[in-house]
Amino acid sequence: MKKLICCVLLGLTTAGVHAAGPSGDFMDANVDVSDTASLQRGANLFANNCMGCHSAEFVRWNALPEGLGVSMELIEENLIFGSYEVGDMMMSAMGTNDSMNWFGAPAPDLSLTARSKGPDWIFTYLNSFYRDPDASIGWNNTLLENSSMPHVLWHLQGVPEPIREEQGGELMTVDIEVPASAAGTMTEAEYLQATRDITNFMTFLGEPVRAKRHQMGVWVIGFLVIFTFLAYLMKREYWRDIH
Amino acid sequence: MSEATSTKAQGGMLGWVDARFPLTKMWNEHIGEYYAPKNFNFWYYFGSLALFVLVNQLLTGIWLTMNYVPTAEGAFASVEYIMRDVEWGWLIRYMHSTGASAFFVVVYLHMFRALLYGSYQKPRELIWIFGMIIYVVLMAEAFMGYMLPWGQMSYWGAQVIISLFGAIPGFGDQLALWIRGDYNISGVTLNRFFALHVVALPLALVGLVVFHILALHEVGSNNPDGVNIKDHKNSEGKPKDGIPFHPYYTVKDTFGLGVFLIFFAAVVFFAPEMGGLFLEAPNFEPANPLQTPEHIAPVWYFTAFYAILSAVPHKFGGVLLMGLAIVVLFFLPWIDRGKVRSIRYRGLGHKIGLGLFAVAFIILSYLGIQEASDLYFGLTVTRWSQIWTAVYFGFFAFLFVYTAFGFERTKPVPERVTE
Repeated sequence: MKKLICCVLLGLTTAGVHAAGPSGDFMDANVDVSDTASLQRGANLFANNCMGCHSAEFVRWNALPEGLGVSMELIEENLIFGSYEVGDMMMSAMGTNDSMNWFGAPAPDLSLTARSKGPDWIFTYLNSFYRDPDASIGWNNTLLENSSMPHVLWHLQGVPEPIREEQGGELMTVDIEVPASAAGTMTEAEYLQATRDITNFMTFLGEPVRAKRHQMGVWVIGFLVIFTFLAYLMKREYWRDIH
Repeated sequence: MSEATSTKAQGGMLGWVDARFPLTKMWNEHIGEYYAPKNFNFWYYFGSLALFVLVNQLLTGIWLTMNYVPTAEGAFASVEYIMRDVEWGWLIRYMHSTGASAFFVVVYLHMFRALLYGSYQKPRELIWIFGMIIYVVLMAEAFMGYMLPWGQMSYWGAQVIISLFGAIPGFGDQLALWIRGDYNISGVTLNRFFALHVVALPLALVGLVVFHILALHEVGSNNPDGVNIKDHKNSEGKPKDGIPFHPYYTVKDTFGLGVFLIFFAAVVFFAPEMGGLFLEAPNFEPANPLQTPEHIAPVWYFTAFYAILSAVPHKFGGVLLMGLAIVVLFFLPWIDRGKVRSIRYRGLGHKIGLGLFAVAFIILSYLGIQEASDLYFGLTVTRWSQIWTAVYFGFFAFLFVYTAFGFERTKPVPERVTE
């Protein structure tokens, strides 16, 4: 009987589902939203590189100070370009029409990308761009074929070239490599860290309360353990006279 | 003056109320002097836990309703508003979403307890029937609730499920149209599902739970030995193996609630998405009628029935079989002709049968999430679904033959409850 109970509980808790992307394996983003230094670097990169086109329409600027551990003044000075009023959302300057004209698609909102696609997907995506003269925008992406997003971070990473291999009679892009002649301002390790910081910040955007929820959970469960222990003692005391 | 003293004689405020409303009488009948068997085990926690989760859903649901906007334009954003801008909104929402899954966890365990100890058998058929209706209403409640965040899975899940009604020959399309109120899932559908989710179905659930408990208290609780404790009463007319629900089971259930809450809080605070089982990743994208998600799967508590549905190559046949999988449960008290209740004293055949049935339900639940063409040990998910669907229904067929034609060799049932 005990075994059966275990089976039922295990079956319910461990049968996690992960929809793998078209290319299967993702890089491990290993995000940590309690790492405020990483979140601050990520916010800086995000505001300067992503927000030209993308918004985070569900996130208010004033949700940032608490999660990032900085003052609102610092955020206003460094991250918000243009006017700011209390309660404003993180909106991009680019309109949907411009996006349609320039890239053929609206730039997706990034509030919840970390929750719908997952941090690993974002991290992999940011590390999968390569130069592709055949594509209309001059860039392509191994994770999301013919993505309409250009490699915005090329000045940091450099210009990756595709490594192609013949597979089943077709020439497939299997990997990317940044040639020494087209290096960016960052080393490979620095770029990985930068994209990890962006991913971390986007994980924060997806759920600003995430770090707080983990912190609180420890106390709540601690309380419940004590409560349950006391309830057990009370039960034992009452049931002493039942034989 | 004389009136005041007479009320005092009856016990102050309580006496005053009791003279006008059966408060003490009701308390005694259902709690203070309700005699429950003293040998309840692990499996008997889940009834009171189901009641607790229902209250959790009602309370968190009321607070969610205060900020939720039931329109196609506003629903998704209002949920994000609750998650980000409403004070403690994230906690209320996670308690509600986790509560939905927790409801099914405790209800499935509660139902399995009934199967283990024959709690559906005479004279408890109506308790079982009320319980089954609660289960069906709960499924409708959960399905409609899942649509409200208006994400991709909300939309496409609803699209798939409602289109099943369209498979009914003759009037199916008309029926699906009537349910949706539109040719596709739209804001109209969202509005009516909201109304049903927050008013009609909760009202029905609470009423049914009252019936379920009234019926239980009329005939008395079963127990792990399946013996009738009312057969042996003491000089006061109380069952010798019975103990008052309060304080004995109220303190015991408080302990059980504590253990449950530890698991519940672990999910709420550390894994509210439960790896995509409780909150599916595509549902964090707003509903888009023009873009079908790569893989549409219902939430885990429906996947066993979804696997049965997809096991049949013919759409209407699949719908029928899926419906039958639930309907057959209603008839369990009459399918099982056995005279012994508890699994402890029943024949080996039933022990194996019930074990296989539980395994079939868990495996079908797993299969319902997988891609139909995936291979396991060289067989497709569809083939495996067919095999375990056969086991699911086989349980009932076997049980009837086994018990109606005298094949079952039971063990002697004790007169009184054992430890």
